[in-house]
Amino acid sequence: MAKIKLTVNGVKHTREVEDRTLLANLLRDELKLTGTHIGCDTTQCGCCTVHMNGRAVKSCTILAAQADGADIVTIEGLAKDGVLHPVQQAFTDCHALQCGFCTPGMIMAVAGLLKDNPNPSEEEIYHGLEGNLCRCTGYINIVKAVKQAAGQTEEAH
Amino acid sequence: MYSVNYVRAKSLKHAAEVLAQNPEAKLLAGGMTLIATLKQRLAQPSHLVDIAGIGALRTIRLSKDKLSIGAGARHYEVATSQVVRDAIPALAYLASQIGDPQVRNMGTIGGSLANNDPNADYPAAALGLNATIVTNRRRIKASDYFQGMFATALEEGEIITRISFPLPKKAAYEKFPHPASGYAMTGVFVAVTGRGVRVAVTGAGQGVFRWTQAERALGKNLTPEAIAKLKVDAEEMNEDMHASREYRANLVNVITRRAVAKLASAG
Ligand SMILES: Cc1cc2nc3c(=O)[nH]c(=O)nc-3n(C[C@H](O)[C@H](O)[C@H](O)COP(=O)(O)OP(=O)(O)OC[C@H]3O[C@@H](n4cnc5c(N)ncnc54)[C@H](O)[C@@H]3O)c2cc1C
Ligand code: FES
Ligand code: FES
Repeated sequence: MAKIKLTVNGVKHTREVEDRTLLANLLRDELKLTGTHIGCDTTQCGCCTVHMNGRAVKSCTILAAQADGADIVTIEGLAKDGVLHPVQQAFTDCHALQCGFCTPGMIMAVAGLLKDNPNPSEEEIYHGLEGNLCRCTGYINIVKAVKQAAGQTEEAH
Repeated sequence: MYSVNYVRAKSLKHAAEVLAQNPEAKLLAGGMTLIATLKQRLAQPSHLVDIAGIGALRTIRLSKDKLSIGAGARHYEVATSQVVRDAIPALAYLASQIGDPQVRNMGTIGGSLANNDPNADYPAAALGLNATIVTNRRRIKASDYFQGMFATALEEGEIITRISFPLPKKAAYEKFPHPASGYAMTGVFVAVTGRGVRVAVTGAGQGVFRWTQAERALGKNLTPEAIAKLKVDAEEMNEDMHASREYRANLVNVITRRAVAKLASAG
């Protein structure tokens, strides 16, 4: 068993888990933060994306033990005082989701992308979202939302 | 995933000790290959020895004629390091094209070279630049290190500590990524060095290889046209559901020409 201490969305937690426990399972099953989704077995879909020490990572392919001591932010930690994070607001405004399954991971990936590159070109947006799959939207409105969140808002329509 | 014992290595020595005491133990770096494999129950190590916390393995150092990168440097660190960008921009570019951002935020150069996936990107840079793989026991020339699909010169319990890249005059990397996985269907690293031109090809064959015929032609005439009519032997290429041998053999020529064209603008 591994004794894990980590900070999730600003709250300190200590848990004893099996060594093989994945971070995604710790978040979902132990901490009941079920916004982090698990969509594949192959580290490809990105639904499980969270931030670990400020970087976007796939929590389904990281052991909880590897995250011992880390600072984790999940989709539940983005909104502040009831105000949506600009990326969340942009996804709402631009209709960047349909079923919503990919959305938490997509938003965490976009937040990570904009942190590294606050003003990405369209090509950089596509390259920056290569780790996230969406089976519904066709990505067009997701890219629109990234542009809005980056302050590149198109003419109001 | 099968049950496993996780150990966070405090130092290189500690990691080596745990490996020596436990023949079924495995090193864990970024986990982007290993954890993914364990989830599929394709391996069952007794211990995972996490070396990500060893700071000395993360450093990037430049000397007069070499760039030395710690085995634990993550792909995003290599991609964004100003030192790497200035010294060997093609290497920083290569790192920026691996997988996706989340994979680059965890995966390491040492893990990639230890794994030696036939479609991985770093092997092309290591062989193309004639790098030395430094371990806790010895120094291994890239030409001796790569031994075919997933096979390397590494012995049981041996740990890659650094990769030392001689600085080229100029270099370029070009990749034809698999549209779903991002791995190289074919990736070509071309380097112009003091001792001639080197062309290393990943993704197309059973493992990374040098295309010596192209090297000779480019040594005389460093233009895409110089190799337009050259062909690699399709029989020696890899074949799978994604592409036939003939398709890959053709890709090698096309991607090498693109890499050579890039050299014109490369530093
Ligand atoms: C979705 C996805 C897409 C990817 N796309 C690409 C791509 O386009 N191109 C590409 O090249 N790769 C790609 N990869 C693989 C990625 O680059 C991995 O990070 C890399 O292959 C392994 O590095 P790691 O640090 O994650 O190693 P780990 O998974 O931790 O380890 C891999 C192996 O290396 C051993 N090992 C690790 N470090 C050392 C060391 N210092 N000394 C000796 N042995 C060691 C481990 O024991 C293990 O056997 C992709 C991976 C995923 C999940
Ligand atoms: S659940 Fe698909 S990448 Fe993590
Ligand atoms: S909105 Fe359904 S998968 Fe993206």
